[in-house]
Amino acid sequence: MKRDMMRSNLFPLLFAFAFLFSPVFSASDLILAKVDRRIDLTSQIVRIATSLKVENTGSDVVSEILLSFPENHAKHLAYLKAIVSEGKGKAKTSSGVGLPVKAVQPNDVPPALTIYSVSLPKGLGKEHSLTLDVLAVFTHILQPFPEKINQGDVQLLLFQESAHYLSPYAVKAQSLTLKLPDARIESYSKLENAKLQGSELKYGPYENIPPFSYLPIVIHYENNLPFAVAKELVREIEISHWGNVQITEHYDIIHAGAQSKGEFSRLDYQTRPYLRGASAFRRLVAKLPPRAHSVYYRDEIGNISTSSLWGDSKKTELEIEPRYPMFGGWKTTFTIGYGLPLQDFLFGLDGKRFLNISFGAPIYELVIDTLFVKVVLPEGSKDISVSAPFPVKEWQETKISHLDIVGRPVVVLEKNNVVPEHNEHFQVYYKFNSLSMLREPFMLISGFFFLFIACIVYSHADISISKSSASYLAKLQWDEVQATTQLIHGIISRCLTAHDKLEASLHDLSRTGDVQACKATRKSVDSSLKELSKELKQPLTFLQSCPQAAQILPKVEELVTKERELQEKLVVKHTTVVDGYEKKSSGREIENRIASYQQKITALRREVDDLMDFIDEI
Amino acid sequence: MAASDAQNGVSSVRHAFGNVLAFFILLLIGVLAFSIRLFSVIKYESVIHEFDPYFNYRVTQFLTKNGIYDFWNWFDDRTWYPLGRVIGGTVYPGLTLTAGTLWWILNSLNIPLSVETVCVFTAPIFSAFASWATYLLTKEVKGTGAGLTAAILLAMVPSYISRSVAGSYDNEAVAIFALIFTFYLYIKTLNTGSLFYATLNSIAYFYMVCSWGGYTFIINLIPMHALLCIVTGRYSSRLYIAYAPLVVLGTLLASLVPVVGFNAVMTSEHFASFLVFIIIHVVALVYYIKGILSPKMFKVAVALVVSVGLAVCFAMVAVLIALVASSPTKGWSGRSLSLLDPTYASKYIPIIASVSEHQPPTWPSYFMDINVLAFLVPAGIIACFSPLSDASSFVVLYIVTSVYFSGVMVRLMLVLAPAACILSGIALSQAFDVFTRSIKFQLPHLSDHSQVDAGEGSSENVVPNDSVKADKTEDTSKERTSKKSKKKEKEPVEKPLSKSQIKKRLSVLPLETSVVAIILLVLLGAFYVVHSVWAAAEAYSAPSIVLTSHSHDGLHVFDDFREAYAWLSHNTEVDDKVASWWDYGYQTTAMANRTVIVDNNTWNNTHIATVGTAMSSPEKAAWEIFHSLDVKYVLVVFGGLVGYPSDDINKFLWMVRIGGGVFPHIKEPDYLRDGQYRIDSMATPTMLNCLMYKLSYYRFVETDGKAFDRVRRTEIGKKHFKLTHFEEVFTTHHWMVRIYKLKPPKNRIRGKTKKSKSKTSSKTASKRKGLKRNPF
Repeated sequence: MKRDMMRSNLFPLLFAFAFLFSPVFSASDLILAKVDRRIDLTSQIVRIATSLKVENTGSDVVSEILLSFPENHAKHLAYLKAIVSEGKGKAKTSSGVGLPVKAVQPNDVPPALTIYSVSLPKGLGKEHSLTLDVLAVFTHILQPFPEKINQGDVQLLLFQESAHYLSPYAVKAQSLTLKLPDARIESYSKLENAKLQGSELKYGPYENIPPFSYLPIVIHYENNLPFAVAKELVREIEISHWGNVQITEHYDIIHAGAQSKGEFSRLDYQTRPYLRGASAFRRLVAKLPPRAHSVYYRDEIGNISTSSLWGDSKKTELEIEPRYPMFGGWKTTFTIGYGLPLQDFLFGLDGKRFLNISFGAPIYELVIDTLFVKVVLPEGSKDISVSAPFPVKEWQETKISHLDIVGRPVVVLEKNNVVPEHNEHFQVYYKFNSLSMLREPFMLISGFFFLFIACIVYSHADISISKSSASYLAKLQWDEVQATTQLIHGIISRCLTAHDKLEASLHDLSRTGDVQACKATRKSVDSSLKELSKELKQPLTFLQSCPQAAQILPKVEELVTKERELQEKLVVKHTTVVDGYEKKSSGREIENRIASYQQKITALRREVDDLMDFIDEI
Repeated sequence: MAASDAQNGVSSVRHAFGNVLAFFILLLIGVLAFSIRLFSVIKYESVIHEFDPYFNYRVTQFLTKNGIYDFWNWFDDRTWYPLGRVIGGTVYPGLTLTAGTLWWILNSLNIPLSVETVCVFTAPIFSAFASWATYLLTKEVKGTGAGLTAAILLAMVPSYISRSVAGSYDNEAVAIFALIFTFYLYIKTLNTGSLFYATLNSIAYFYMVCSWGGYTFIINLIPMHALLCIVTGRYSSRLYIAYAPLVVLGTLLASLVPVVGFNAVMTSEHFASFLVFIIIHVVALVYYIKGILSPKMFKVAVALVVSVGLAVCFAMVAVLIALVASSPTKGWSGRSLSLLDPTYASKYIPIIASVSEHQPPTWPSYFMDINVLAFLVPAGIIACFSPLSDASSFVVLYIVTSVYFSGVMVRLMLVLAPAACILSGIALSQAFDVFTRSIKFQLPHLSDHSQVDAGEGSSENVVPNDSVKADKTEDTSKERTSKKSKKKEKEPVEKPLSKSQIKKRLSVLPLETSVVAIILLVLLGAFYVVHSVWAAAEAYSAPSIVLTSHSHDGLHVFDDFREAYAWLSHNTEVDDKVASWWDYGYQTTAMANRTVIVDNNTWNNTHIATVGTAMSSPEKAAWEIFHSLDVKYVLVVFGGLVGYPSDDINKFLWMVRIGGGVFPHIKEPDYLRDGQYRIDSMATPTMLNCLMYKLSYYRFVETDGKAFDRVRRTEIGKKHFKLTHFEEVFTTHHWMVRIYKLKPPKNRIRGKTKKSKSKTSSKTASKRKGLKRNPF
């Protein structure tokens, strides 16, 4: 409150100063024939739209027009745009491009005033006039009063302005309209010519006001609209030439309205949300570009489930609720991320590519104190340049991301005090070779390739350190022994197959009585058995000579002898049966004759099988 | 010769093919083990679960940010205020170091995953490792088939899933892998007698010690097994190599872990290993002497040694008893004591008993957690006895002890699960072996085939058959390289001659029986799979910090905990102290980044009792306690509005008990009406006036007019009351978390100055006097 008093004291003083210097300015011979000001107070952002009709009464051609703001407004100025409206009356055609505006500080102006100079595209000649539309956007200019409120209280705001247009030029006719939200108005400066119509407050018209005249007015009104302020917003725009622009936005939000004091009762908030939580906001709406996909909303401790998304061909709207309702002074942080199709934002221009994407945050009516826009270009981009529609701080960083080697170039743009009016497109130009896209897949492929090669080499190469050590030699020998045993095992199993053939032929014989076929089989089996026994000799001699095989040698030898025995018995059995058939003996007789062999064969067969198992397991 | 070459080639190709198949099966098992644990990520989100994982996550964050040296020296002043906690010296660092290393490797490969992501997926990755380790262990015991079966069973055993879903970033996640792997290396050493594996075994044991307090299970089980081998006359040099290096190296390595330190030689959990270490040396010596002495001399020596040995033994035992008796808990820590005597904890240490996972399990929980394995285990034990080897006796011992321990504490069901999987794997694979063999043996067309093949086939044309294993019944008759195929095809040929003998050898079952049995086994397996997937998807995937409920209008999410923690972290001062029951300590420090008074590391019983006392005291006394602890906010969890059963009112009796254990003026009977805990109109006045009741039910009546508590299913006793020393600052959307602020101390104390005993109030009083005097 004390501060307010100070401020309102300051202005008459300034006013006096201004008068002192005014003759200097009148020399410029400009006068403002008509000034219309419309101040929009419906949200936390104050927008002052001024339409100035400038006349040159002097003889010199004037190429600049000065706009002045009092210091307490100027430091909250976020955005200033001046447009020349061509033509007259209804047929106004305003070219969208703003005129160049720069801050100047003429020597003869009191330091409490901030002067901006608008350069006209072509000088204003004698007796000529033009209409200038100026839009000035201010943030943090509304003061909550009282500064601390309870949960149930409404939020009241103070706004200070001058009823007269503060200008270095004399003003012939002027009027001021303030648009207020549809709510209670606590008080306003009741000057003459002040008129309240619904939610519109009008001051004026005033005529023939000298330069630098200041007539302070104060409006105290209710406004429960969200005072969402991002103290810091980091937007990371990552370009992937595989077809995606990934945007990640880290918000650090505070409710910058009247501070909440005392208790927060969930009960009150739930039962009467509009009464007992009027000053709180519970949701924010973000307007994302069309075809946004893979949207997520989370904070550092996980996903936040209270959000909804819908969209059409023109936009995608994301409604997010912070984890808790935001009362005055409460803070929260969260992250929004989404992907966009590359072809909507990336274009080519004579050998260069450029990204064309909007600068500000997608959330409606959000004030951003500090905005960092980081454009992460693909690795290997060169010749990077940025063109932004307004001055920004700019530097470059490197970010190392998935499978990068040198890192990706990052263009960082920093801007303070950003309002939705800054949501204009900016461009980042760079050069990039499409072949570099294939580098990472190639890296992966070659990585796996070498891994497999290494595996193959490892499994095939002998990497023992000492080739002459006893254990190594023993191991080699043992391998050989194993191979030989395996070989013997194979041979014996083939012998057994031959035995089976013999048995099978006997079986056939009992069925068909075809003695000749049986004999033929016998012959072939005999020859193969002979071959096999020859084959068996060499590995056996090896095993006998090898000291490593000492443990298994007896078993192997046993196996071989047992197999021999079995073979003999089988052969005898076979001849007996065949003889029996040739002599046309009765089946019973044959069976009796071979019964003893049969028993032995079975026993031997079992032993051989057991031995085979044993050797198999080695 | 050509034929034999071909045969050799075939067998090696077949061998390689089997290896490749086994490799791919293992790979798939790994994938299965990993992906069955992702239900929590898919159904909920990639987030750390529950309580302890949040602490581990916080420690990992610290580690990745500050490096290993700061981690060892970390004194955490944000918990146990004002005492603090030496984190570096009191955590099992295995998990943290593992995840930290993973994160570091990924980041140095320029794959910038967040620490959280790495932590979330650590458990699934390690369960894949655990199933591979199970394969190795079971393979050492009963061969590859059993190994694969056991691995697949372990990959989805519900008990293990419950502790290792994605996000369940707890010690057990890596410890079970370490446990199985240590056992594998022990068995491997035992089978090979290689010192290389013995060294690896000690290192694996070291990793286990780093990871989990459950390492005492290993250091008791392995000595038990060694002792068993010695007693049953199975002593061998292999046993010595498997055991002795483990004890020496393992103990040295274990004492490098700060949290274990000298406990590795000073607490009685480790004494068994040293005792067996001595015994095994004595036995080794005896065997050695037996080798160099003649039998007669040996007898004399035995007599001599036994008499001396007995004396030494008595002395040792006396020393041991003295040592044990001299330590306050008789040398055993509380948790271990409660293992030996299941009633110990509930009798003496309420803080251990108050944890639900320290309670003995119920029968349904066995069915829930190991399902059909419970029925397969006995079969597996039988299979282990035929024949009994060193390795299979170890597995039997493992299951017997783990069954006992799981009966004591629900948490140790986790140790039982691998044992049950191994034995069930053995049982299943043996059963399949028997059934398929008897089917193959009896199928008539097979014998025809084999005869035909045998008639024309020589061994040249056998190459194509290794391509399809399923067809082997027809093709394999030609060669007899593998044991199974040989039996299969040989038997039919011999059928007419030696049926009875074969039956005896193979215990062949009737065809129908085997087919039915196989179908039943497959059904049993299918049932297990269905149950496991259900358990993974429904029962064990909830992260418990975000709850969901299905109502007629869809899914409803209860995200109150994070709402409260987010509020605390953004809207209170960084150095504010938050008091809550110890369950929420870890979450508060990790998610809200605020200093807490007590947390889930229950190292200081008195401190917890102080908070318990405050919660069970009337408002004024509680305010004084909290104020003396510099507490600014009090957080309570209240489920009465939405019916969340594990809230503070249900835990309240533990607060009373723990508080009463240290501060005798809190008496449990004061809070019970006729031995019953109730909060309705029949509740005792002490109950209705205690802080916990008031903070939970403050203004609760205004929600529905009746104050109906949906958890206790009753109307509360005292409905309208005001708080004088606390003010509500935040309540979450479903009222599950309520945060109160301590009101600042009053400037003036009217009339009661003389009565108040506390120093502060008398000081204020004197100040007040001074102030009053000043104007004059």
